[in-house]
Amino acid sequence: MDVLRPRSLDDALAIKAERPEALPVCGGTDVLVGINFDRLRPTALLDIARLQELAQVERDDGVVTVGAGVSYTRIMQELPRLTALAQASRTIGSPQIRNRGTVGGNLGTASPAGDALPVLAVYEADVLVADEAGRRAVPWHGFIVDVKRTTLQPTELIVGVRFRVPRGPGSFSKIGTRNAMVISIAGLCLQIDEDRRAVRIALGSVAPTIVRATDAERFAAERMERAGLWDDPSATLDDLDGFAELVGEVARPIDDVRGTAAYRRHACRVLARRSLAWALADRREAAR
Amino acid sequence: MIVRVNVNGTWREADVWGGASLLFLLREHLSLPGSKNACEQGECGSCSVWLEGQLVCSCLVLAAQADGLAVRTVEDLSDPQGALHPVQQAFVDAGAVQCGFCTPGLIVAVTDLLERDPVPNEATIREALSGNLCRCTGYAKILDGVRLAAATQERSR
Repeated sequence: MDVLRPRSLDDALAIKAERPEALPVCGGTDVLVGINFDRLRPTALLDIARLQELAQVERDDGVVTVGAGVSYTRIMQELPRLTALAQASRTIGSPQIRNRGTVGGNLGTASPAGDALPVLAVYEADVLVADEAGRRAVPWHGFIVDVKRTTLQPTELIVGVRFRVPRGPGSFSKIGTRNAMVISIAGLCLQIDEDRRAVRIALGSVAPTIVRATDAERFAAERMERAGLWDDPSATLDDLDGFAELVGEVARPIDDVRGTAAYRRHACRVLARRSLAWALADRREAAR
Repeated sequence: MIVRVNVNGTWREADVWGGASLLFLLREHLSLPGSKNACEQGECGSCSVWLEGQLVCSCLVLAAQADGLAVRTVEDLSDPQGALHPVQQAFVDAGAVQCGFCTPGLIVAVTDLLERDPVPNEATIREALSGNLCRCTGYAKILDGVRLAAATQERSR
């Protein structure tokens, strides 16, 4: 097994053009598990952990770009005000895992249980990819297309993600057997977009890919409108149950060792109710 | 392939398989068996080391990725004359060791925590140690050990 160690992104892309079978490895928290358990025997590994171009966090006029090699620990430290993303990062693995694991890895592995992915869905992030010929931006929903399947071409590398963070409260929450080192049984990200008077919700671990609960989003926004909540955060919202029901309906869960489909759907409803209640409480708090 | 790693202040070289982990390099090539090999999937933390000052599971880092970098292992903590590091001493005094297999990883994780936060609260301790599993103690005496180490270090400051 060759280990290819480019010094720059350009070098890495040149190698990828020549050897598209080379498997990129950054933090190693997924790839090394495959190698250690003899499940993965790529002919070559491409070490992208040292590429400075992938290690940047940039903020420009409300648009945030996070390099594919930025660790979850760095996201927690450097982007604490992106509440949903920081919360999701903090639920991932353990301190040891967060020091190495990256958003780029979540995207490359493309597991529906990738905890950063529901956040990218509500942020409506673009995935930035590159090959030798140039770069392209892929909308989040056009990148991961099935369980562990992406539209990334063999000669391409994931460079980072780019998104505009909506103004308003947001959260990420998940269900698992303990508070660390779990693969989510269900995960949910909710974000309020004050400027568009919209609510955005995405679910993880309950379908082949991340899913947005668009009917529930519209329902919540309309109920908030009707209650006068957009202008008066102290107003009360009724029918959280109806909202939770709609969120549960978009889940396409399976029975597996971690939980049953019925339990997962129930978990989505519970997380939905809680998340909307937290967001409304945050809005009340902010208005005081 | 040849990798050259600065381990506990000394540059060491070894000829490793490309898919070898940093843990394998430490244990099998460099005769440093303090870091333990247990789950090989980052679940248990018994292989915890510092890579460029960052706490990592050495089973999830390619040996090749550590080439040219600094690694610090549990072997670096006690002094060469044999005096234990305050965290190690606190684990002994608190009875935080049973079978001992998780101990090196926990010692490294606790040392990392106390270097960043010398007086951690309960929640911080639990979060910091969430990546280290112990199947013997039930954790109560390990948490005693952390509090004792923090108190001892605070007194000697």
